[in-house]
Amino acid sequence: MLGNLFAGFYQFADVFAFLVLSAAGLAIIFGMMGVINMAHGEFVMCGVYVTAASYHAGLPLPLAQACGTAVAFLIGMVLEAVVIRPLYTRPLDSLLVTWGLSLVVTQGTLVLVGSTFPGIGTPLGGFRVGDYTFSAYRMVLFAAAIGVLGFVWFLFLRTRFGIQARAVMQNPGMAQALGVRRNRVYALSFGVGAGLAGFCGALYAPTMSLIPTMGSSFIVESFVTVVVGGSSVLLGTAPAAVALAVIRTGLNAWYGQIIGQIGLLVAVILIIRVLPDGFTGWLTRRTA
Amino acid sequence: MNRRDLLLGTAGASLAAALPRTGQAADPPIKIGLLEDISGDLASIGLPKLHGTQMAVDEVNATGGILGRKLELIHLDPQGDNARYQEFTRRLLQRDKVDVLIGGITSASREAVRPIVGRQNAFYIYTNQYEGGVCDANMLSVGAVPEQQLSTLLPWMVERFGKRVYTVAADYNFGHLSSAWGKSIMKPLGVEFVGEEFIPLGVSQFAQTIQNIQRAKPDWLYMLDVGAAQSSFYEQKNAAGVRLPMASPVKIMLGFEHKRFPAGVMKDMYAAANWFEELDTPEAKAFVARWRAKYPDEVYINDMGYNAWVAIMLYKQLAEKAKSTKLADLRGAMADGTLGVDAPEGRIVIDPKSQHCSHRMRLISVDGENKIKIEKDFGDIQPFWLSQVGCNLLQSNPREQYTPDNLPRR
Repeated sequence: MLGNLFAGFYQFADVFAFLVLSAAGLAIIFGMMGVINMAHGEFVMCGVYVTAASYHAGLPLPLAQACGTAVAFLIGMVLEAVVIRPLYTRPLDSLLVTWGLSLVVTQGTLVLVGSTFPGIGTPLGGFRVGDYTFSAYRMVLFAAAIGVLGFVWFLFLRTRFGIQARAVMQNPGMAQALGVRRNRVYALSFGVGAGLAGFCGALYAPTMSLIPTMGSSFIVESFVTVVVGGSSVLLGTAPAAVALAVIRTGLNAWYGQIIGQIGLLVAVILIIRVLPDGFTGWLTRRTA
Repeated sequence: MNRRDLLLGTAGASLAAALPRTGQAADPPIKIGLLEDISGDLASIGLPKLHGTQMAVDEVNATGGILGRKLELIHLDPQGDNARYQEFTRRLLQRDKVDVLIGGITSASREAVRPIVGRQNAFYIYTNQYEGGVCDANMLSVGAVPEQQLSTLLPWMVERFGKRVYTVAADYNFGHLSSAWGKSIMKPLGVEFVGEEFIPLGVSQFAQTIQNIQRAKPDWLYMLDVGAAQSSFYEQKNAAGVRLPMASPVKIMLGFEHKRFPAGVMKDMYAAANWFEELDTPEAKAFVARWRAKYPDEVYINDMGYNAWVAIMLYKQLAEKAKSTKLADLRGAMADGTLGVDAPEGRIVIDPKSQHCSHRMRLISVDGENKIKIEKDFGDIQPFWLSQVGCNLLQSNPREQYTPDNLPRR
């Protein structure tokens, strides 16, 4: 009994963590900043590869993961300044540019690093509840997902940078007139988004096969969660991840992975039909 | 995107030098059209196929080519995209007018190519192990098929580990057909299928599957997953503490997971293979040495890469016996069922009724240190299934793919 209850929670936590971690970075870049970032999967992949490379170079895993996150953050800042900044008013062009970037990065990795990369191996081992054994690292992923939501809440609602960032997203001209350094806020926000994507990659690096196109396995879930969530990370992405995780976990458990995936996408279509602004719009209306 | 690699190998220079001279030497080269994925999700297993073909072409050209004509290799990279497979097939057959078309990794790409080859009445060689059953006079299959890989491996697994089997398969034709094969081979043995799951391609998270497996308590797993994303299953299963023997027709010798994953992850994986790099016969060692001298950075010489080399050698035998590169003449050359090559695994012979090849099959396993062990040598196994169910290309050409659930009408 306890085993089955915990198994249900574990499955939910696993899907929830995957949705939150893969979507968090995109929620900032796409949800808040409005840049349709087709290279999101490649930021994730960057986190994975830097983590794996640092680990193989001899760093302990948590430090290697910090490296993966930091490199994605820095690359995000640089890219924003060089490529993304002129395109804020041209969303379709930014879509094309980021898509092109993703192709260049994927193929570049293939050419430079090769088609495979040695894996790391999942740390922490397993534990047993009732009839089932589980991977302890999956619980770390769940905790990290909660941690990311806490971090985003703190950063955007409790710091000076957060207030400035939200001001810039809402009305860049007015914010600039009030003395906010717009470009710096944009670059930092984009960097945080890219860094969170890299963090996702760093966390999943020990659990997956490493190939240059692996970013694409995060793309569908991340876009779906952000679109269903709407523009806010806390009022959007988090409840969207809960709802989608419940739907997917249930369907996976009763009908298998195929129905789970189909059901997830059908649910998304229904939700954006009923809630055009996603969970954000719905929750904001109810609380306002 | 429409990148065209014109790979003349060592032939390039000598061919160019030979062209202006006598009429004899100016014979046009035999054009070989090659479709292999060296980018995209399957790049890691596709690259050895390109290398195998290049090495064979160079070796054939170094000994004078075929019928006094040099080989010219035209390789295009379809990147795992079936639409591109079709576009490139048309281009190679119609514009480049290649004498033979080789390649394709997934069964989906092979089935995308085959109708076009049929309409052009061209000659196509498929070099992968696959789920079997293609009865098509335009196609020669060089890789191992279920009667070689599964009729050997699965009964052995049942005897060794038990009768409760759980199947995890990729949700497309290879996965479904190989799963059906498993049932038709193992049901007569009294096997109970305690679970069967089809996973969409590209799925990389397996917590639910792992839990379902624990609930079903199988004796061993029948693994038919495909692609790098799905192969994350092994790491995740291991992390969750699930330790079960596994059998698969596409792991180790094909995907070389034991070279890519940390030690322990692939422990107790069993497979039946016509080729694996660790094969320790003198012929195999010489083959590996030649390959490694040419491609020192190869992660692993997989069975597909080896089969790609075999394909060119078979083509040489066929064309030289037929004294022609025309399809009808080539088929005539294989009609008596004796044509073959002495390959590193042993002698490979073409069965003219099904146009599939015999193979020397060995059962291999992976230990906790990622080392390969040969568990059993099955000897030469014929591709008997197609002729058993009534495919006879010497009499008719149905161009069909038969399965245990879709047999030819007698």
